[in-house]
Amino acid sequence: MSIATTLTQAPVVVDESKCIAEKGCTVCVDVCPLDVLAIDMLKKKAFMKYDECWYCLPCETDCPTDAVKVSIPYLLR
Amino acid sequence: MKRIDMEFDIVVIGGGTGGPMAAVKAKQQNPQLKVLLIDKAHVKRSGAISMGMDGLNNAVIPGHATPEQYVKEITIANDGIVDQEAVMAYAANSFDMIQELDRWGVKFEKDETGDYAVRKVHHLGSYVLPMPEGHHMKKILYRQLKRARVEITNRVVVTRLLTGADGEITGVMGFDCRTADFYVIRCKAAVLSTGAAGRIGLPASGYLMGTYENPTNCGDGHAMAYHAGADLANLECFQINPLIKDYNGPACAYVTGPFGGFTANSKGERFIECDYWSGQMMMEFYNELQGGNGPVFLKLDHLAAETISEIEHILHTNERPSRGRFHEKRGNDYRKQMVEMHISEIGFCSGHSASGIWTNARGETSVKGLYAAGDCASVPHNYMLGAFVYGRLCGQNAADYCGGAAKGCIDDGAIAAEEARIGAPLARSEGLTPFQIEYKTRRLVNDYLQPPKITRKYEIGLRRFDEVREDATAMMATNPHELMRAMEALSILDCAEMAARASMFRTESRWGLYHYNIDHPERDDENWFCHTLLSRDADGRMSVRKKAIEPYIVPIDEEERTAYQRLRVERSAAAA
Ligand SMILES: Cc1cc2nc3c(=O)[nH]c(=O)nc-3n(C[C@H](O)[C@H](O)[C@H](O)COP(=O)(O)OP(=O)(O)OC[C@H]3O[C@@H](n4cnc5c(N)ncnc54)[C@H](O)[C@@H]3O)c2cc1C
Ligand code: SF4
Ligand code: SF4
Repeated sequence: MSIATTLTQAPVVVDESKCIAEKGCTVCVDVCPLDVLAIDMLKKKAFMKYDECWYCLPCETDCPTDAVKVSIPYLLR
Repeated sequence: MKRIDMEFDIVVIGGGTGGPMAAVKAKQQNPQLKVLLIDKAHVKRSGAISMGMDGLNNAVIPGHATPEQYVKEITIANDGIVDQEAVMAYAANSFDMIQELDRWGVKFEKDETGDYAVRKVHHLGSYVLPMPEGHHMKKILYRQLKRARVEITNRVVVTRLLTGADGEITGVMGFDCRTADFYVIRCKAAVLSTGAAGRIGLPASGYLMGTYENPTNCGDGHAMAYHAGADLANLECFQINPLIKDYNGPACAYVTGPFGGFTANSKGERFIECDYWSGQMMMEFYNELQGGNGPVFLKLDHLAAETISEIEHILHTNERPSRGRFHEKRGNDYRKQMVEMHISEIGFCSGHSASGIWTNARGETSVKGLYAAGDCASVPHNYMLGAFVYGRLCGQNAADYCGGAAKGCIDDGAIAAEEARIGAPLARSEGLTPFQIEYKTRRLVNDYLQPPKITRKYEIGLRRFDEVREDATAMMATNPHELMRAMEALSILDCAEMAARASMFRTESRWGLYHYNIDHPERDDENWFCHTLLSRDADGRMSVRKKAIEPYIVPIDEEERTAYQRLRVERSAAAA
């Protein structure tokens, strides 16, 4: 096996106490143009799965419970 | 990887700006037709206008400008290399489109009398119409799509076009970026509206998705048009933009210019007459950066507090609303200091410059049944309203074409080949990652292709792209999302090579910084007053040829012809 796992701090954070993915919400996952958000199937909460964010904000704007917070990715902050 | 077969009359590829308009207009033109709008993202929030737009950059509104004036302005701004008939087709339909958008609920700025509040940003005429409430754009388009009963498929990445015995369009292929299901969609006509190729170069920040363009727009449309046999025009006329350093988004001079903001050097002095983005403007920007007077800034700190609040309201709620939080983190305050600007990486974009899939004034490409609208096509300086106008033209003309077209034969060999190409990275458990292939390609683009262009560097660049192409045959993907990045990396490689080959062909300098060629520093109208067309030759290699400029319908006199070559402010030229 020649594949490494390199960690990175995600610029998008979901407040799990506010996220209502367990009730079937997938809004942020649906709207993200880069398709980098996903629902954690065990926790039933949204999270950022891929560090490929355009800091465009539909996820934050469209979330019905204000659970998503987007920061500018560290490399260009 | 399941195979899914579908059948439509028209498939519109890319549901950003021009795409939704094309789909709605095709349906309105002929409601009997089955029209599919397909996007790799979600049409509700996809493309350049995902969060709205600051304004119209090129509105041609009676009382403020005439179509003839506009055609003249763009001809001059683009150093004469335009198909004026195609620019005129935009200009003549511009006002009608604004009125239709207005009826649909798009809010444009108006004055006390109810007239559109047009501002002057270009060198000669007035064409900028602000949209302070422009963030509803996508919602309004989505409503029209539903009303027109356009079918929508989201999260399917289109990768190749199918052509029939006469080279005509017979279908499109792609895959679902969440399930990797393979799609084969038969159709009679297709409209490409996949946006700019905005992911060819590497942003100076090193962050792959820190691009000016929405990173979904990585040149897939350019690559699939090329592989289907289409001509691509003037690719050496790169897109390079003046942007907020690191943030890599517009500041934007079009918004702030009319309020009194301007581009300044480190001494706070204005050094360009006109902030309208042209190759010549970018050349002055580059000279200032290189000439010891940099960094270059956007200067607003001389403006009144209420003016700055108004500017902030637009810049921080619209288009790229994260501009505000970027400035906050940096401690940038428009009231107190100038904002550092920089030159972007290269791309193809007719919205801003002139490079893209060749189309005529009807939106037709050189492939029968294939149309292109917006940033991926070739009508220069078309911006958002151009994407809408050409979206409409393409939709209507594609609908009419379908009426007379028979269903073409499907090439099963091409389908099998594409299924194998898409399936390959998923089948490997070892190899290079899409990230590695993409990063290296884009880093090489910066090293060897970013202007000033030098032939020797371009030769090395081409050799290195070949090596990466070879490496890419061992690319792996562990899931459908990574597969999307893998296939995108291959489009990026195709675009990088096209950028190099087109640039090496044109042995002169033109369009300011966009095609500043060190080995041929002068503009050479005698040999190069022409378009260039790149296409695939019989052996499957890239070839480039000249195409004569179509006869002008709006004559340009000698004095006007050089207006954009005199952008440097006299005072700072004397001081330098
Ligand atoms: C940050 C920014 C600011 C701008 N500001 C202004 C302004 O103030 N005024 C102005 O007039 N213009 C402005 N422009 C230009 C204007 O937004 C564009 O010219 C216009 O929106 C382009 O429309 P389009 O349809 O060509 O591309 P887009 O709207 O970008 O749509 C392209 C679509 O294609 C999809 N796609 C790409 N590849 C594939 C594939 N392989 N399969 C399926 N789908 C695919 C994408 O997901 C996307 O939805 C700006 C552009 C940017 C990026
Ligand atoms: S939109 Fe908000 S509530 Fe819905 S899944 Fe995303 S974070 Fe959770
Ligand atoms: S900011 Fe944009 S790219 Fe980033 S996660 Fe949100 S929607 Fe996706």
